[in-house]
Amino acid sequence: MSLSEVFGRCKPLIVYICAGDPSPDETVEIAERIARAGADVLELGLPHSDPIADGPVIQAASQRAIAAGMNTDLYFDIASRIEGVPKVFMGYYNMVYRRGLERFASDCRASGICGMIVPDLPMEESRPLREAASRHGIDLINMIAPNTPDKRIREIIALSSGFVYLVARAGVTGASADLLESTKHLIERVPPVIPRAVGFGVSRPEHAAELLRAGADGVIVGSACVDLIGRNELDRLEDLIRRMKLAMTEVSVKSAASIQQS
Amino acid sequence: MDEISCEVRFGRYGGRFVPETLVQPLLELAEAFERLRVDPEFLRELSTLMRDFAGRPTPLYRAENLSRALGRDVYLKREDLLHGGAHKINNTLGQGLLAKYMKKKRLIAETGAGQHGVATAIVGALLGFETEIYMGEVDIERQRMNVFRMELLGARVIPVRSGSRTLKDAINEALRDWAASYESTHYLLGTVAGPHPYPSMVREFQRVIGDETRSQILAEEKRLPDSIVACVGGGSNAMGIFTPFIDDDVRLIAVEAGGRGPGGGDRSAEHGASLAFGDPGVLHGAMTKILQDPYGQILESYSIAAGLDYPGVGPELAHLVETGRVETATASDRTAIMGFKALSKLEGIIPALESAHAVGYAMEHPEMLGELSVINISGRGDKDLHTVMAYESV
Repeated sequence: MSLSEVFGRCKPLIVYICAGDPSPDETVEIAERIARAGADVLELGLPHSDPIADGPVIQAASQRAIAAGMNTDLYFDIASRIEGVPKVFMGYYNMVYRRGLERFASDCRASGICGMIVPDLPMEESRPLREAASRHGIDLINMIAPNTPDKRIREIIALSSGFVYLVARAGVTGASADLLESTKHLIERVPPVIPRAVGFGVSRPEHAAELLRAGADGVIVGSACVDLIGRNELDRLEDLIRRMKLAMTEVSVKSAASIQQS
Repeated sequence: MDEISCEVRFGRYGGRFVPETLVQPLLELAEAFERLRVDPEFLRELSTLMRDFAGRPTPLYRAENLSRALGRDVYLKREDLLHGGAHKINNTLGQGLLAKYMKKKRLIAETGAGQHGVATAIVGALLGFETEIYMGEVDIERQRMNVFRMELLGARVIPVRSGSRTLKDAINEALRDWAASYESTHYLLGTVAGPHPYPSMVREFQRVIGDETRSQILAEEKRLPDSIVACVGGGSNAMGIFTPFIDDDVRLIAVEAGGRGPGGGDRSAEHGASLAFGDPGVLHGAMTKILQDPYGQILESYSIAAGLDYPGVGPELAHLVETGRVETATASDRTAIMGFKALSKLEGIIPALESAHAVGYAMEHPEMLGELSVINISGRGDKDLHTVMAYESV
């Protein structure tokens, strides 16, 4: 299923996990449990030694995975074995560049990955990968931050396919207690010509609901799940995803009902 | 400083490979630098500080005894005589003053051995910034004296516990801090690496080394040198002294840390020679030559000189080496120790272990220097005495 089909069908819950954490053998099972619990899209991270956009939780997961022997060949092997959920690649540009842009995009395609998120590849540097991804039918997901000016938002959208990733706050990935007012403002600033999914700091069901009410078309949760995987609390992980998806469904049902009433 | 606006790219190297959140702060910084580098008031204030606070100009010293030993004329550019003991102050004064003009309240910086951290703490104290220095936990253990020095100067040292807990992780942590704090904070990066505008901005603040060298050698010898030798970690002292000679017929030799040899393990290298042994890739926001494994994971580098212990290098140097304008060489730990001791005995100058790589190389390959050569003594060696004592005792 393509990303535009996913967003056409529902407002998806997108769940990030770090491939190879705690070990390459366990990732497929964890991913399938996440999908069964209600994740609509799996964002499968390729661990990097120097993850500059990530906070302590995902840094620690990346180190665990690399220490457990994770590498790019294993990544695609794992990705191809995960079934029943649309998959998006997340990883740093050097890992992609080192394999070769064309080969990387082709490997994504072959293992059933439909999109790529590369957090250290801003618009100005993204052309070679965008073209390679496009040749293989892969969406390159661009990010928009609270400090991205309106003019630049329009330029980013013009280059985007699949969805755009709205960064909820300045700084790095990681849970935060309350989502700032600026997130709502950011959603308002991004015209709804392409689905807008919000991530960074999302850790609770009420966050997910709040973001949908503010107009988000999808919600991305990462560190909160990775933290539970790191503690080997997979039941709580499933429970968190189930409650997030439920909270999001309730918002969608209510808004559908209020549209019918009016 | 000339008026050509700064390059974003150097051939296929350079660029700005950063998270979207950092794009605006970097654009704002590049804009401020372009504006201030031609602002008479900024330049006057900077050159006054360079003279009265840092101690510029530094001498270009004709090293008679070394010249006799090598059978050719060798001059030493004495950056070791600057306040703080190294060339690092050229850049921290420049960026510190820039941050003041940009009305920032706080400076953050990374440091490996502590030299750039100390130079940043000095400027933080001078110009009244809140100053926080990211330093790997491993380096904090190795460099307790510099940690104390930074704290004495009023800076706070933040231990970095992620990754390899050394310089590269300290840079990662500083970038993460800046992504959340850029409105009030300037990230004072210490070398010609990182995303645009750092490689060209730091070069412009360091090129005073080469500008002085040029007029000094012309005054003394009535001609340009045949060669210039400088050590390279990130590359700031090398780019500083090379830049004014790029278009001249002068051999430019970049000496990297050969460490214990060219090999390494799965996750580490036995050297810091990114120009000699690295491959193109992205580290700390720039496309450059980096030490990496076949999958693109960054390796831990190694050198006896902490200032050369970095798995990347400035993108402009990567370009200049690729085009053949700059030649690379490596000097092993052993060569550096030899240079360290030789310069101390011959000239009464104890060089930093980093600079000792350039000295050691020159002594082992005098035929590469031509008849008239300049070696950049980028810092003084007092900080390295315990390292050399430990090396000798093994």
